[in-house]
Amino acid sequence: MDALAQFGFGANGWGKLLLAGASVTLAVTLASLAIGALLGSVVAAAKLSTRLSLRVAGDLYTTVFRGVPELLVIYLFYFGGSSVLTSLGRLFGAEGFLGIPTFLAGALAVGIISAAYQAEVFRGAFQAIPRGQIEAARAVGMGPFLLFRRVIVPQVFRLALPGLGNVWQLSLKDSALISVTGLAELMRTAQVGAGSTHDYFGFYIAGAVLYLAMTAVSNRVFDAAETRAGRGLRRTATPA
Amino acid sequence: MGLDLPFLFDTLRQLLAALPVTLALFVLSISFGAVLALGLTAMRLSGIGILDRLARAYVFVFRGSPLLIQMFFVYYGLAQFPAVRHGPLWPVLRDPFACAVIALALCTAGYATEIFRGAILAIPHQQVEAARAAGMSGWLLLRRMILPIGLRQALPAYSTELILMVKSTSLASVITVIEVSGVAQHIIAQTYRTMEVFLCAAMIYLVVNFTIARLVALLEHALTPHLRGQPLSVIAAAAAVPVERAALH
Repeated sequence: MDALAQFGFGANGWGKLLLAGASVTLAVTLASLAIGALLGSVVAAAKLSTRLSLRVAGDLYTTVFRGVPELLVIYLFYFGGSSVLTSLGRLFGAEGFLGIPTFLAGALAVGIISAAYQAEVFRGAFQAIPRGQIEAARAVGMGPFLLFRRVIVPQVFRLALPGLGNVWQLSLKDSALISVTGLAELMRTAQVGAGSTHDYFGFYIAGAVLYLAMTAVSNRVFDAAETRAGRGLRRTATPA
Repeated sequence: MGLDLPFLFDTLRQLLAALPVTLALFVLSISFGAVLALGLTAMRLSGIGILDRLARAYVFVFRGSPLLIQMFFVYYGLAQFPAVRHGPLWPVLRDPFACAVIALALCTAGYATEIFRGAILAIPHQQVEAARAAGMSGWLLLRRMILPIGLRQALPAYSTELILMVKSTSLASVITVIEVSGVAQHIIAQTYRTMEVFLCAAMIYLVVNFTIARLVALLEHALTPHLRGQPLSVIAAAAAVPVERAALH
């Protein structure tokens, strides 16, 4: 079978399946980015807290989930989630193994890793806001919530964008590890295609090309977002 | 559920038995990767269009695709060709450990190239000019100025890369290399005691990563005597002088 038919969109072509895999990869990465943003801002708040116990908890979180291999975290959520589900099932009379949905386990695992990195990004961005602005906002009578919404969030978002771009790329590549749980994302689809056609070389190249396309496109998207978020800003580094 | 200490100890013992494989993967891939990265950095900074483009493409490909796919490519993808299977490199390419080292080294080289390039570009240009004015050029300039200063400036970012690489060695388990994560996965599949095994494995990785971070910090400290503040005794002595004078009046 020639390459055109094998990777094409015909009856025996793998093109459609690979693209479907790529869209699952995108979906699971988006889900994990959202989970990571929610959890990451909570962890960042803990790390910036004045209470020692919260700071220690936040530090512990970022140290563990940035220091332990992603693969182990995925095993933790997949096997751990499944054994919780199985024992719950037994409680209600269901016999045998109940697997946690692989999409959910994968998105949670990658999201929790992503939260550790996002927490550091948010913390750095928050600390880059000049103290004087917060004092000024307080002086004109803004309460904590209004201050958060009007002064902190818009600036943290702009300052965090480059860091978030890095986290997105990390998560995109971490999502390939979810293939070990059997989720039919891009990596898994490439593996299945390679196994059934014995064209390992071709399928891994095709998979890598699709990953590269995704990283290249998301680079552009983040660049554009940065330009847009910084449009009201005078550049300090531009030559006069 | 109580704490099952014998199980934890037994798990820890089994995982530690696989630690030498993890460390060997790490040391070998970092060494080969750093050499490759130095070559790629030289290409990137050579000012020769074609070499620059090639190195750029290399960095794009190896940073933009997941390590897992690179590893599968090296282990399964290359073996598909009879020319490879009957070629001189087959004893290397059929060994999963060697394939893991190759994939890890190729991948880290992509990241390290950017780190080294950034560090070299951050060397103040006046220092290079001063060295040239003093008659240094070529190899001497590289050995006395660019490499020592560049290495020092690369260390903080490179220590992050080193820790990422320790974590990346866990992917070797997917191509049948029995290292710490592979053993952990095996014990989990046998006992289904995910949390306990995870904690033991996590502890091992955290200790390794912490040690590496401390070692690099020590190296950085040793290489930057000029950035350190003066010893407290000197500052105290200097501060003490005006006070004594004031007391005389």
